Amino acid sequence: MYKIVKKKVLNPTVTLMEIDAPLIAKKAEPGQFIILRVDEDGERIPLTVAGYDREAGTVRIIFQIVGATTEKLNHLEEGDNIHDFVGPLGVPTHTEGLKKVCVVGGGVGCAIALPVAEKLHKLGCEVHSIIGFRNKDLVILEDEFKACSDKFILMTDDGSYGEKGVVTAPLEKLINDGEKYDLVITIGPLIMMKFVVKTTKPHNIPTTVSMNPIMIDGTGMCGGCRLTVDGQTKFACVDGPDFDGFKVDFDEAMKRGAMYKNFERHAYEETCNLFKKEVE
Amino acid sequence: MPNMSPKKAEMPTQDPNVRNKNFLEVAMGYTEEVAIEEAQRCLHCKTRPCVSGCPVHIAIPDFIKEVANGNFAAAYDIISESSSLPAVCGRVCPQETQCEAKCVRGIKTEPVGIGRLERFVADWHNSQPDAKIKKPEPNGHKVAVIGSGPAGLTCAGDLAKKGYDVTVFEALHLAGGVLVYGIPEFRLPKSIVQKEVDTLKELGVKIETNMVIGRVLSIDELMDNYGFESVFIGSGAGLPRFMNIPGENLCGVYSANEFLTRTNLMKAYKDDPSTPIMHAKKVAVVGGGNVAMDAARCAKRLGADEVYIVYRRSEEELPARKEEVEHAKEEGIIFKLLNNPVEILGNEDEFVTGMKCIKMELGEPDASGRRRPVPVEGSEFVIDVDAVIISIGTSPNPLIKSTTKGLDTQKWGGIIADENGLTSREGVYAGGDAVTGAATVILAMGAGKTAAAAIDEYIQNKNK
Repeated sequence: MYKIVKKKVLNPTVTLMEIDAPLIAKKAEPGQFIILRVDEDGERIPLTVAGYDREAGTVRIIFQIVGATTEKLNHLEEGDNIHDFVGPLGVPTHTEGLKKVCVVGGGVGCAIALPVAEKLHKLGCEVHSIIGFRNKDLVILEDEFKACSDKFILMTDDGSYGEKGVVTAPLEKLINDGEKYDLVITIGPLIMMKFVVKTTKPHNIPTTVSMNPIMIDGTGMCGGCRLTVDGQTKFACVDGPDFDGFKVDFDEAMKRGAMYKNFERHAYEETCNLFKKEVE
Repeated sequence: MPNMSPKKAEMPTQDPNVRNKNFLEVAMGYTEEVAIEEAQRCLHCKTRPCVSGCPVHIAIPDFIKEVANGNFAAAYDIISESSSLPAVCGRVCPQETQCEAKCVRGIKTEPVGIGRLERFVADWHNSQPDAKIKKPEPNGHKVAVIGSGPAGLTCAGDLAKKGYDVTVFEALHLAGGVLVYGIPEFRLPKSIVQKEVDTLKELGVKIETNMVIGRVLSIDELMDNYGFESVFIGSGAGLPRFMNIPGENLCGVYSANEFLTRTNLMKAYKDDPSTPIMHAKKVAVVGGGNVAMDAARCAKRLGADEVYIVYRRSEEELPARKEEVEHAKEEGIIFKLLNNPVEILGNEDEFVTGMKCIKMELGEPDASGRRRPVPVEGSEFVIDVDAVIISIGTSPNPLIKSTTKGLDTQKWGGIIADENGLTSREGVYAGGDAVTGAATVILAMGAGKTAAAAIDEYIQNKNK
């Protein structure tokens, strides 16, 4: 059992939790992930590490309520326990030896982009951050990004906060204005990452993407998280989750991500109904 | 006077057309009367060839003699001197190529049903009121075991019986390894595995789940910072292999590991599960081993109308246990032998719609001694399926190798270990699929047992 020592609602659909897991907190690096099960017989879901406190022994997760499992997780409070919590899994994001990096985050993906930006900043790298959300209500971690970024741009789809538009517009502009990035790191919805790569590829700027496919064990055993990279099958759990964005087959990844869409919708509605009944 | 019946006493099983719709155990086990009757078929020959056929050298004729006399408790004691998981082995061992293959009765008629008798004895023992297990006197030495599959559990059990302070580290949320994620409920009920794990706990073995060694702690840390004097690696077979044919990443293509893990470990077969699985109507399973049979029979139970085993060689070369093949056939699994997939076909949403195969014929024997399958030109055809399960083996997980300095591995990734399980690192032992590549439960148990003896000797010598 792993205790929730802190819970904070960041916006109506996104929640932050700090989990007591000292061994994982000691080893976790930006870009790695954990797998959790909320309760006995629960589903295993991967969540990328959103931070860690090695001294306090806690691991931070930030998740969006998208299905039955995250809905159940969101109903837990400080002091409650998560049944299983395993990690750190996957290969850490490569952050060494970089001079100037643009970090592009979208939605809840910003939660995992933040520790990457913070680590780069700490290593003395110049960090430009572009983070995007659908609207003002969904903005998270603005101050934290500002604190570790030499340049900071916030976008909303509807223009209700920051600048109006998608993240690729300012990225394109920065590149055209002559910013020379060693690397662009992008974390967010698949469609966003696909278009970030479309923006950087003509300029030949190496681009790392963080993939978050369906997984079970997270240690290489099941192969459910496989994707095509440079024409070869890779496992996101052990070969990634970071990959060279130029080589990832995003269209296939999107189709695979939707494999259980109908099941998930059904399970989510069931869970929501369950909680509704409890409230009544 | 021995019972001279040419045939083994029949094993009662659920009716094939009933069981292929449920996950309850297929074989229901001998009654006391039938077990005694079968035990009386043993001739108690002087040479005891069956013992040499057993990877853990159970004193087979001795336990059978006790069964014949109705002394089931004594029979259990004899088995448990050599085997820590008799209820498991009685169910999943390939007896027809091991003990029973050597049985003198088998020369002219059917061999003694050694596996069935082992199972009977273990189940009889488990049905008795729990005898309090005597915890051995601690000897003050700590050993770490990585992986809680058959190799790890056996190694842990043997060392705990000698008084070692053993901790087993398991990556998943539940102990048992392949016994819980791989082998289905209908072949090996999970309550049996749980019972074996509980017995180990009573012996004082600590089981730490959710621990991926190589990530959260390294082997060096276990030895340097946590006081483990020796480590046994039983981390299992690892990454599923795919065929590298077009269409393999379509929705509806599973590795057998994924399909079985969803079904068994995550219990996707139950009503309203939290983990989804496709309930496909027509399923092709590629491969001919025990894992392929398990996957096919699970798919059938999940509601498929048609399930095919697609295998590139002929029936004779099927690597699965004979009993599994027979059970699969009885349950209506269709064997498409001498066929090899060349492409998996999908629709615009990238869901599987079919699998293109080519017919094969057997040519000259290859390195494995089996006749090499050769494609028949122009013989391609399409089977109409909506799910494909690839069950063609695994390759070792590179995690422990890549995080343990000085641990030598084979070119193909298997950990190199000598006949006692010793690796290239002092105090570090390994066994099971992590060393041999995918093999059987009993071979892994044998390796765990051998390594436990070697670890004991190593620690005792070091502390002389």
